[in-house]
Amino acid sequence: MIKKLFLLSTLFTVLPLQANTVESMLENGMKIIVREDHRAPVVASQVWYRIGSTYEYDGITGVSHVLEHMMFKGTKKLKPGDFSEIIAANGGSDNAFTSHDFTGYHQRIASDRLEICLELEADRMRNVIFLQSEFNKELAVVQEERRWRVDNKPKSKLFEQFYATAFLSSPRRIPVIGWMGDLEGLEMQDAADWYQQWYAPNNATLVVVGDVVADEVIQLANKYFADLKPSDITPPKLRPEIAQMGERRIKLYGQTANPYMIMGYKAPVLVGNKDKVKDIYALDVLSAVLDGGSSARIAKNILRGQEIAADAGTSFDPFDRLNGLFLFAGTPNEGVTPEQLEQAFHTEIKKLQDTPVTQKELDRVKAQVIASKVFERDSMFYTGMQIGMLDSVGLDWRILDTYVDDIRSITAEDVQRVAREYFDSSQLTVATLWPEQENK
Amino acid sequence: MMNKMKWMLALTSCAVLLTQSAFALDIKTWKTSNGVEVLFVESHDLPMIDVRLAFKAGSSRDGELYGVSRLVSALLVEGTGDYSSEDIAENFESVGAELGHDSLRDMAFVSLRSLSDTQPWEKVIDLFARVSALPSFPQDAIERDRKSMLISLANRKKEISSVAEDTFYKNLYKNHAYKIGRAGTTKTMQAITQKDLKQFHSQYYVANNATLSLMGDLTLEKAKFYAEQLTKYLKAGQKAKPVAAAKMADQGETIKVPFKTSQTHIIQGLPVMRRGDADYYALYLGNHILGGSGFSSRLMQEIRENRGLSYSVYSYFLPMESNGPFQMALQTKNHQVAEASQLLNQMLTDFIKEGPTAAEIDHSKKNITGSFPLKIDSNKKIVEYLSLIGFYDLPLDYLDSFNEKILAVTAEDIKEAFSRRVKPDQLIRVIVGEAS
Repeated sequence: MIKKLFLLSTLFTVLPLQANTVESMLENGMKIIVREDHRAPVVASQVWYRIGSTYEYDGITGVSHVLEHMMFKGTKKLKPGDFSEIIAANGGSDNAFTSHDFTGYHQRIASDRLEICLELEADRMRNVIFLQSEFNKELAVVQEERRWRVDNKPKSKLFEQFYATAFLSSPRRIPVIGWMGDLEGLEMQDAADWYQQWYAPNNATLVVVGDVVADEVIQLANKYFADLKPSDITPPKLRPEIAQMGERRIKLYGQTANPYMIMGYKAPVLVGNKDKVKDIYALDVLSAVLDGGSSARIAKNILRGQEIAADAGTSFDPFDRLNGLFLFAGTPNEGVTPEQLEQAFHTEIKKLQDTPVTQKELDRVKAQVIASKVFERDSMFYTGMQIGMLDSVGLDWRILDTYVDDIRSITAEDVQRVAREYFDSSQLTVATLWPEQENK
Repeated sequence: MMNKMKWMLALTSCAVLLTQSAFALDIKTWKTSNGVEVLFVESHDLPMIDVRLAFKAGSSRDGELYGVSRLVSALLVEGTGDYSSEDIAENFESVGAELGHDSLRDMAFVSLRSLSDTQPWEKVIDLFARVSALPSFPQDAIERDRKSMLISLANRKKEISSVAEDTFYKNLYKNHAYKIGRAGTTKTMQAITQKDLKQFHSQYYVANNATLSLMGDLTLEKAKFYAEQLTKYLKAGQKAKPVAAAKMADQGETIKVPFKTSQTHIIQGLPVMRRGDADYYALYLGNHILGGSGFSSRLMQEIRENRGLSYSVYSYFLPMESNGPFQMALQTKNHQVAEASQLLNQMLTDFIKEGPTAAEIDHSKKNITGSFPLKIDSNKKIVEYLSLIGFYDLPLDYLDSFNEKILAVTAEDIKEAFSRRVKPDQLIRVIVGEAS
């Protein structure tokens, strides 16, 4: 078979990450991961902190993200805004991101300017100064950000409420940007305390991808970060999700022309589920069987075929820190109700439970995974993101190399088994969005 | 020891250094036998190939059939010859290849990303050529795509950012081909027939109206062979007529759109610049200082950093085939609209009147020239630049000479170009929100 040959020949051309990636640790516990990529004289430099909204609790939701904003507001040595100005003057661009499980600060810059990034990042790891006037302005900015990202977008609001319905005790229910009420009550000391508690070399990883020599980067990192004192980092309480005892449903109304629906089943992630690794990769393959392109089942049967939805898809993330959801979501076509779209999803689930997926489908998924591993390497930033995300949740970034083999090992029987095990109606949460006028 | 001055001073020579950098693109060009212009960059770093076939077939060619370009683009992958939508998708996806297609105001394109050792490669190339040149426009697929586009069009009217953007373009380009974007209008989307689609396609998806960009793991010889194969079904046809120039309004105007929201959106601007415009570098550098450089820009510093009025605030020139817009935008909670809007205007008039400071020019030149290698650090970015250069007939040294041209701009050039091209009393201003 041509396809088999193709798979083999491609595997050999994919240089594993490990071949040119070096990991090291400073004495203060800070991790350094360097991936050499000499295609262009540039570098992506990223400092990752193991802190995000899943570490937060009621009353201070959104504090990790507000703190991220404050990290640009000056240190003992730099005035507010200087950080970005220095990077810009050096031809670089910089930004930051906060997620459920991590907060990251990154620069993209000519590779001979890496040292500047490291010196500046080392400075703000320990020396941020919290000024009340800056905090007040930044809190207002974050509230505008929330209005823009969530409050003015009915689908975003639906997702927020959906997660808060699906999770009762797990911090997965907390939105990264925080609840508006908590943001209104947030005080500067909350952010300052959060900084003291979590920003330390032993809770951080530096990821550098680009036209650099790994040993030189490690030396530079040592020069700037080694003197920083480690903290006592107490891991957050587990706060596991309580067992779901039955289906949950919510219905929202918003400024939308058409309804929208989301449904999700509780699903495990790699972290903390060593006994379920096979299940998790099988769910990953299952997601691609349903939604891995225009030839996949949802496009074929729901978008074309019965023409139930204008758009529809699935989502499953095995690399989060806490157990999550296997999601289905979509916009029903004109004249179709969200219930009918839900039914169409259930029909696809039933097929997966009753009949093994075909070899052709498995081959397609595997070919896509193999190709996408090569395509991903086109972006240094994205390569760094992948390494940093895995490391931040406590996974070994080397699973990026074994991922293709893990996916290849999944059989049709595995997919059928997990379809039966995880798509259990007692574990289901459904949220629907309706045009406002129907509320009246 | 660290201080800001040290980092700024250490780098005075950087702009010049990078201008002379050897990191340049070796672009090869030729024409296929049927007349398609080809741009190619060879790179064997990754075992992959990117293809981008662009046509002057965006929504500016819709005529009165608003949305026809978008529907044509969507239907390319819905059937060709004996291949159904599903056959097409399967042929690409089963080898891990990614087929893309989209249509903007000026450009429509079909793209392909694939491993360089994809087997059977000939079949993938042949199908790409068929999809671009020989779509069959099946009636059932037309109805399906029409339906889903009508839904997204209906939703656009409920999304504040889309309402703001659509209203802005509608008023900026009142009697011009840029008035309605690719999404079309409900009325025209309902009226478009199979015949209209075929007519549009046969007029614009032709060799003389196409540019092919190729990038990646293949030799020049192979690239020449593939270029022929990828375009072999295209008829020669005619190059599309240029899009007429847009006129600035004689008098500025403020359009208020009531919208239930806690946060109001403001967009303002006017039509200014074509691709290849003589003022491009002066306006680009000036705008970088005013609102185009993120946190360093004046707008961001004052409106976000100093006053906390908006999360996002920016300005940009979008050079297009005809004169694309200069645009400034922010979002703020309803009761701050007057303050934010007044500030936005004041900052623009001040900038036009006084121009940038020497320090600002120096800072922006360092950023722009120093960031040059980041512009072309991936195959994806390079193939997109090739497409841009080919599509808009920019000089082949567009990228390589960029830094030099930026360094040549003076404060006086910026002041002069802004005051000549950006007229505050002719601004079209759109305010969407409850404060209206």
